[in-house]
Amino acid sequence: MININVSRFFLPAALGLCVVFVGCAAPRAPTDYAAFLQAKPASLLVLPPLNESTDVKATSGVWAQATRPLAEAGYYVMPITLVDETFKQNGLTGASDIHDVSVQKLRDFFGADAAVYLKIKQYGTSYAVISSDTVVSVEARIIDLRTGQQLWQGTARASSAEQQQQSQGGLIGLLVMAAVKQIIGTATDAGFSYAGIANHRLLSAPMPHGVVYGPRSPSFGQVPVSPR
Amino acid sequence: MSRPGQLAVLCGALLIAGCAQPLKPLYMWENFSRQQYDALLGTQTSVDEQIRTLQAHADKARASGAELPPGFRAHMGLLQLSAGNTSEARSLWEAEKTVFPESAVYMEQLLKRLNPPITKPAPT
Repeated sequence: MININVSRFFLPAALGLCVVFVGCAAPRAPTDYAAFLQAKPASLLVLPPLNESTDVKATSGVWAQATRPLAEAGYYVMPITLVDETFKQNGLTGASDIHDVSVQKLRDFFGADAAVYLKIKQYGTSYAVISSDTVVSVEARIIDLRTGQQLWQGTARASSAEQQQQSQGGLIGLLVMAAVKQIIGTATDAGFSYAGIANHRLLSAPMPHGVVYGPRSPSFGQVPVSPR
Repeated sequence: MSRPGQLAVLCGALLIAGCAQPLKPLYMWENFSRQQYDALLGTQTSVDEQIRTLQAHADKARASGAELPPGFRAHMGLLQLSAGNTSEARSLWEAEKTVFPESAVYMEQLLKRLNPPITKPAPT
């Protein structure tokens, strides 16, 4: 009797640990954090994202969802609605024009240590015969405005199909979804919601290959995932 | 499921949660991201209503001892400015600068533009 109970306990526990290690292990080559850790940016200027999708709301959605993960990672993030206003008053309305502004000018006006350049690869709901799917896919680069040096780059994707394909993201994926459900709150449009999930994966800490913690985080100085 | 089985699953879930998520958020966010999204799209409600929503958020944060996110005061200042309350805007931008010194350069730029020069530059 006791033996059976023990095996019932240990088998699931061992399986659970396997999931932990599989979930945390980084299959890619390790990310080089040397420049990022040395630069120690404290403030980030998120520029309006370039939009390669056909959804006109994509830029606003991804932009508005970028502040929270970066701020929770320990950075000061320049207020985007004011940044938007500042660019408009200077005659810059398109994201691509804004991405072309020199790092020196951005540094002088906003005083941010680094800028976050986002590019939206996919955004919104595509309606297919069998199932419709909402996908948001974003690329990011962080450039030091003091030196022009690239400190980090990453990419992330969120899709409504994940809820059916639980094998893909595993328990971590589900837990991230659960955490993000709180983030998106009462949000009603799907693109905006999935932009929240994609940006959480892309810009929060700790994430595999993600950004390092900023000075306002209690974990400042730690590397998010030890590269293998 | 057996009781030890449930324990094992709980233990596994806690381990995973521990490695995936920091426990306590740094800031109280409420619907701030959504409000900024609506403001960018220009689909928001009246300025006064937006200010009331943010004020309720600020009151809630104060009552629970939580911090307001970066840019909250700055955004509220922008709303106050568009409602015609320049002095409110000024004090909110000053407050942003005090709470988050990282914003000082930018807030100074905005405050400078808020104060129209008293003497016009002499024509040359």
